[in-house]
Amino acid sequence: MKIRRRDFIAGAAATAALAGAPAIVRAQSATIKIGEINSYTTIPAFTLPYRNGWQLAVEEINAAGGVLGRKLEVISRDDAGKPEDAVRLAGELVNNEKVVLLAGTFLSHVGLAVSDYARQNKVYFMAAEPLSDAVTWAQGHKYCFRLRPSTYMQAAMLAEEAAKLPVKRWATVSPNYEYGQSAVKWFKELVQKKRPDVQFVAEQWPALGRIDAGATVQAIAQANPEGIFNVTFGPDLTNFVRQGNTRGLFEGRVVVSMLTGEPEYLDPLGDETPEGWIVTGYPWDQIDTPVHKAFREAYQKKFNDYPRVGSVVGYETFKSIAAAIKKAGSTDTEALIAASRGLVVDGVFGPYTFRAIDHQATLGAYVGKTALKNGRGVMVDWRYADGKDYLPPDDVVRQMRPDTT
Amino acid sequence: MDFVVAQFLTGLASASSLFLVASGLSIIFGVSRIVNFAHGSFYMLGAYLGWTFVTNLPYGHLGFWGGVLAATVAVGLIGVAIEIVLLRRIYAAPELFQLLATFGVVLVVQDLTLAIWGPQDLLGPRAPGLRGAVEILGQRFPRYELLLIVVGPVVLGLLWLLFHRTRWGTLVRAATQDREMVGALGVDQKLLFTSVFFLGACLAGLGGALQLPREPVTLAMDLSIIADAFVVVVVGGMGSIAGAYLAALLIAELQAFMLVAPPFTVLGIEIVLSKMTLIPSFIVMAVVLIVRPYGLLGRPMAHARAVTGMIEPVVRPAPRELKLVGLATLAVLLLAPLAAGDYGLIVLTEIVIFVLFAASLHFIMGPGGMVSFGHAAYFGLGAYGAALAVKHFAAPMSVALILAPLAAGLGGVLFGWFVVRLSGVYLAMLTLAFAQIVWSIAFQWVEVTGGDNGILGVWPAEWASNAYAFYYLALVLCVAGALLLRRIIYAPLGYALRAGRDSPLRAEAIGIPVARIQWAAFTCAALFAGLAGGLFAFSKGSVFPTYVSIPRSVDALMMVLLGGVQTISGPIVGAIVYAGLHEQLSRLTDYWRLILGLAIIVLVLAFPQGIAGAAQRWWYRGKGEVA
Repeated sequence: MKIRRRDFIAGAAATAALAGAPAIVRAQSATIKIGEINSYTTIPAFTLPYRNGWQLAVEEINAAGGVLGRKLEVISRDDAGKPEDAVRLAGELVNNEKVVLLAGTFLSHVGLAVSDYARQNKVYFMAAEPLSDAVTWAQGHKYCFRLRPSTYMQAAMLAEEAAKLPVKRWATVSPNYEYGQSAVKWFKELVQKKRPDVQFVAEQWPALGRIDAGATVQAIAQANPEGIFNVTFGPDLTNFVRQGNTRGLFEGRVVVSMLTGEPEYLDPLGDETPEGWIVTGYPWDQIDTPVHKAFREAYQKKFNDYPRVGSVVGYETFKSIAAAIKKAGSTDTEALIAASRGLVVDGVFGPYTFRAIDHQATLGAYVGKTALKNGRGVMVDWRYADGKDYLPPDDVVRQMRPDTT
Repeated sequence: MDFVVAQFLTGLASASSLFLVASGLSIIFGVSRIVNFAHGSFYMLGAYLGWTFVTNLPYGHLGFWGGVLAATVAVGLIGVAIEIVLLRRIYAAPELFQLLATFGVVLVVQDLTLAIWGPQDLLGPRAPGLRGAVEILGQRFPRYELLLIVVGPVVLGLLWLLFHRTRWGTLVRAATQDREMVGALGVDQKLLFTSVFFLGACLAGLGGALQLPREPVTLAMDLSIIADAFVVVVVGGMGSIAGAYLAALLIAELQAFMLVAPPFTVLGIEIVLSKMTLIPSFIVMAVVLIVRPYGLLGRPMAHARAVTGMIEPVVRPAPRELKLVGLATLAVLLLAPLAAGDYGLIVLTEIVIFVLFAASLHFIMGPGGMVSFGHAAYFGLGAYGAALAVKHFAAPMSVALILAPLAAGLGGVLFGWFVVRLSGVYLAMLTLAFAQIVWSIAFQWVEVTGGDNGILGVWPAEWASNAYAFYYLALVLCVAGALLLRRIIYAPLGYALRAGRDSPLRAEAIGIPVARIQWAAFTCAALFAGLAGGLFAFSKGSVFPTYVSIPRSVDALMMVLLGGVQTISGPIVGAIVYAGLHEQLSRLTDYWRLILGLAIIVLVLAFPQGIAGAAQRWWYRGKGEVA
């Protein structure tokens, strides 16, 4: 029934396009406005490469003639890391700028706030980066789609690797907020499902951005685990690694670590990058598929800098939006939603799908090991973990997603 | 046992880092009474400059230590520049007004640092020769941490010698006790203040530069250290350097050992201390201040205002013209929806809510003389009160909006009882401690409050869901609230409150129960802040711990200071200017923090009495009266 309606809408749009040639001429002069919100001043290390990424995508799309014969115009706003500001700016973009849809956000709570605004005001929202599972599950709804692999997906990729190890005693260290809590919860659950013999002997919950690294390292060492699951990132990670290296925490222990292979977090570790950690990340300099090569070269040419994960997320977000508009054949919200369900996008990591069941994209991540080369950290022995293989079964998803509209 | 020793040593190293920053803050406050919000920025600049100097100087011992030294002096000079250009001009302004100026500096430094050093975290170089670890009782301990352990007490000793064995130190101590007398004896106060500021900034810069081998250099360093530094200074006793070391030690050791404390149960709630790393310092501060109102080693201080020779102006009834201006403003607000458009309404709604929020803070700050650094607690309690009622009891909006001020009022009753026992900056810091405790409950009690992901779906009732309807609802409630607060200022409660502010002794002598009056006023302010919070929750549709966070409290403080503490229309003007500026700038440019910071600095220099205060002066001068 749905498919038929979608076909009807697409058909109707095509008919209208053929019949109303003058309308098209008018439409060509008008741009498609897209509202974009992110924490540019609060988390510049991630969001500035992200902005470069979407600027490149929009440039490419417009150079190829835009979508539906119209150019994309992005109106971008800084939420200063505050959900209440993001909601106000969403109102501004929708009411004043008359954008056809909203996109962006990095922090989970900001993403959820904008998502709830979208639900209330019936606006399409493409959540780019927020990792929280709630975005597509507990608080998921019709109007919200999410690009990046969720906390669950990234934890599942690492749990798979961790279960293969001979480790029986695990310790976890994780920033004390929703992302860290979910990551640890899923990791424990998924590892123990495959390996009922493992136990978790210590948990450390440093506050985000405020780790007391020496004391944390000492406390973990005290529990004498065989393996460590790390979720800290950014400055916390650097502190943790430095203290851990000096105090010998990582000697003879395996470490499995979320996001550490992403250039945003790996590069600041410099020559102190610990070797042999099993991580999720993005080996930007080693992926030589033609699509990725073209992306990397275009990016380096335009910005004289190498792409980060943020760059890919920004790039893919706007490529996905363009694909959705193209498939919908219009910028009408209902048509966009219908088109986005099951939308397949040919991304720089390979093709991915926005699942109809929970609006989560199956974009994956690279899983590999860290190593030191020429005084900087790199990923080695990596493989691409396709997101579609790291999502729970459909009936479980349905249980976790109360909003089925 | 060996583990306990290692953990204790780790705590000692952290204590030294904390002490370096806090001691500078304490010294600056002791002499100039400036609550230097930009102290964290000095710390951050120390780290960034240190990184540049160390990585660009020839590597080796001289490179590292030379770089640290250069960064220390450079930050000191930046401090001097800020003191001469900015702070020196506003020493005569009302107490805490300098806080506003230093907040402007924080914003400017944030954007300049981003522009100069870029967004990526920088890895600080290790100290040559101190890279590895030594074995202590079988535990490996970093050499550099050993050095830090020594640095703290050494700096403490040097400062003691400086203050007790040099003429300069004697003068500074004299100025700490009685600035007027020191001036009368012919000491050049300007030079004294500038040199003290130099020393304080140097200490912050040194603290930042010495973090290079421990922490990456990041753009968040300034705000992450400043609250901790304030806590240490206050727990130790403002102006007491030995107290600052003691407090740093207490807090650092507590944090080191709570990471390994086993979980325990209180009243059926499992408490995992290792999950609550941010809160113990604030609990320590609350407990210390309740038991020792001037910190561990602090002494009651002479009232800072004495030096400026200013007395609070008598609050008079507004002149007819001002009433007309007020009525005209109200008329504009009532008619605004005709022209504003949907987004204009969203912004106006937010501004009228902030007007009530700022007015409630002004009520205790201006007439009450009680500065609150944690007014967001009551805003947040209101917002959470409303949201929880909607979420867990499916309460309609009208009921939730009644519950919001009640929840905040209860908080006011509870916290106010402790708060009114203190005064000045100690009082302000205790309000901050309570706000942080509320924040941590909102953040940590995930089952009830949703944690950092907040509570979603708090949208207005059907009849108010349209932007126009909600705007008028907010306008009516907020204007009514602000007028009611104004009415209370002119009521016996307001007069008694002002009497208690101006002369607690005389007020007590004529039978005014000052503490009880202040308690009532505090609760009253909490009540109205709660109403503002409840309205804010419905206007945003969701509630998050950010509503209770320090930046929210700072915003309110800035609005009141910007408008003028001693004028009743001050918070209204301040809220409109501050929120309006922020809204406009953040959409116009990426460098909105830089411009907002500069705008604040310009406003501070142009209107040291606040905008409304300046307008009032100008008005009375025109009339030939003395304000």
